[in-house]
Amino acid sequence: MNLIKYTFLITSFLFFLIKNSFACEIKARVSVVGNEFPAIQTVGAGAKKCKGAEVKTNLTADHQKINVAGMSSEPAEYTSAIVANTSIVALLNNDLIRPLDDLVKKHGSKLKKNQLITINDKVMAVAFMANAQHLVYRKDILEKLNISVPKTYEEMLSAAKKIRTSGLAKNPIGGAYKAGWNLAQEFNNMFIGYGGKHFKGNTPEPNVKSDAGKKALNMMKSLSEYMNPDFLTHDSNATNAEFRAGNVILMNMWGSRAATLTDADGVSDAVKKGMDIAGPMTVGGGDIPASTLFWDGWTVAKKISDAEAEATFIAMMNAIDPSIIKDDKVRKQAVWLLDGYTPTDAARGVFAAAKMNTTPYPMLPYAGLMHSAIGAEIADFMQGKENAKKTLSDIEDAYRAAAKEKGFL
Amino acid sequence: MKHKTFFWFILPTFLAMLIFIFLPIISVVLQSIHTPHENVLITVENCDPFGCKKVTSIDHEATKKLNQSDPLGKFVGLDIYFDRGHLAIEKFKLIWNNSENIFSFIKSLSNLPFYKAVFFTLTFTFTVTPTMLLLGLLIALGVNSISKKLRGIVIFFSLLPMIVTPLIGSIILFWMIDSRGIIGNLIQWLFDDPNLSLKASTTLTWIMLIVYGVWHAIPFSFIVFYAGLQTVPKDQLESAKIDGANKFEEVIYIIIPHLMPLITFVTLMQLMDNFRVFEPIVGFSAEAHATSLSWIIFNDLGGETRQLSAAATSSILTIIGVIILLSPVLLRTWKDFKFKK
Repeated sequence: MNLIKYTFLITSFLFFLIKNSFACEIKARVSVVGNEFPAIQTVGAGAKKCKGAEVKTNLTADHQKINVAGMSSEPAEYTSAIVANTSIVALLNNDLIRPLDDLVKKHGSKLKKNQLITINDKVMAVAFMANAQHLVYRKDILEKLNISVPKTYEEMLSAAKKIRTSGLAKNPIGGAYKAGWNLAQEFNNMFIGYGGKHFKGNTPEPNVKSDAGKKALNMMKSLSEYMNPDFLTHDSNATNAEFRAGNVILMNMWGSRAATLTDADGVSDAVKKGMDIAGPMTVGGGDIPASTLFWDGWTVAKKISDAEAEATFIAMMNAIDPSIIKDDKVRKQAVWLLDGYTPTDAARGVFAAAKMNTTPYPMLPYAGLMHSAIGAEIADFMQGKENAKKTLSDIEDAYRAAAKEKGFL
Repeated sequence: MKHKTFFWFILPTFLAMLIFIFLPIISVVLQSIHTPHENVLITVENCDPFGCKKVTSIDHEATKKLNQSDPLGKFVGLDIYFDRGHLAIEKFKLIWNNSENIFSFIKSLSNLPFYKAVFFTLTFTFTVTPTMLLLGLLIALGVNSISKKLRGIVIFFSLLPMIVTPLIGSIILFWMIDSRGIIGNLIQWLFDDPNLSLKASTTLTWIMLIVYGVWHAIPFSFIVFYAGLQTVPKDQLESAKIDGANKFEEVIYIIIPHLMPLITFVTLMQLMDNFRVFEPIVGFSAEAHATSLSWIIFNDLGGETRQLSAAATSSILTIIGVIILLSPVLLRTWKDFKFKK
């Protein structure tokens, strides 16, 4: 009898040891909201591995529509939001996320200094990956037609012309030009590429009615002539689908989506083997790429108990533990900012973007209002309903109305 | 009914209306005449993986103090109603003075987001409502005249468009009418134009949304009219036949007058339904070509910017729109009621 008793005791002791040394233990609920691209799916799954309390994730492309509301209640529904430098602004503006300095000291020994997003000397978010839009193209087609890889948007246009006349693709350029957020993002890229500044100095006064604005719009129009005529309804998912189907030869695409682009079912071998990645393009003879740098990271809600905040921090730290990038599939998903990361082939584009001094997307409290105004007003120009000057003054008018309402002007 | 009985009878309904309809509207009105306080802006140093730099940020302590002293926000009266996102009074005057004729006036006006949405919403409402009334009646008459054995299955299939959730229905159609989809390809083949795209042209997008609206709404008018047809008095139809009326005259002089109350009912419901058109615009990703009042509200509320006051103002303007739209029908019903008395 004693033997059984001892065996039982020893086994349970061993289990206890294993559990404590490998698994992540939390004592309060964790609930995460975030975007749905592959790297974030990995992070979400990592948080869910923690035991001891419930871990929920809600990963959706609509995360920006729900995170503010979901973190405003007392207590907040979401204890953590995975955000980028664009979407953190709404959370900062509404004062919904807490400073993490204490938790970083207690549990953040595995973090590198450049992962800490500090605002006014307080850590407000922990970044885990970098992202940027860059060129994705079909090497096989370019080689066949003897075209060199475009380094500027002007070269992209002439390449597109050659591809179209060769008959290999009718609409060789792809772009996430869906009216709204996507279209505005493409304008921002181009506008920055032409040396434009969205605001006057450090004020919320708009500054898009400029030569750079006009040139950016005209370049977008020229590009759209080589796109699928439905381009105003295509977001990055639809644009990727066009690339997979072999209809698109050149496109400006997110690094976070490029790596796993051809992993889907039914992609032909020609596309799989022919796909290649290059850095972002410049435009108009400028030396700053027509692209923006992004980081993705996680935050911890303000309106939750300290126990929940600690549990969330531990779970999210577990999710971005440097050991996750030992898996080749995961390593390929993004440009990880984690310790021990060495760039994969798929990361070349984003690395090139960082090396070329691409402008980071501005973390300004009123940047989101400008972004929405641009997204709503450019569609008329892209359809040829009005000229560039009218569109740019429409953007400023729409932004002014919104900024006045939100108390910035 | 005695007044006292009537009072107790109506009380629960009245209370429910007060709590679920009247109070929320009051709150929306309050929201629409207030905006958030002005943000106190400060310059701070931000650091991220790409380096540190000085940027503008909100001073939360100072802004919070303002909010606590006046939690409703800043009173702005009708400012939001008159700003560019809504009635745009200043721009309206400018366009009115600079336009040569009514067409250029409407064209310039439709550049403003609110008027653009109003034009589409009204076009949608006044094309879909009559079309679906007429088609619904025709289908009901058709189904009523086929053999009883077949009727069940025909009714089932006629109701399908209404059973499909609007958002799902429109997303399915969105891919079918894609220039590489089955319907999109068919249309390109029919018109012999490989560049024709339904999604790229504003006119075609409007037509597509209207056709979708009719497709989705027909089952409702059909089933109501079909039920009404079962109550048409047989003796009247017979005497009409004896008097030598043909099928068409029977419909005009007997069936339609008999169905008139139902036609009013369906019109009323559909005017309201179509005025708040929303799902197809999202489903068809049509916001570049067509927006509606409901879509504007959704767009202001969602996104990272969350313009609550703008959304509240659009809601109030929508309510006013519905009241104006329904007033002729309501007036008519009121007159009928008084006449009968």
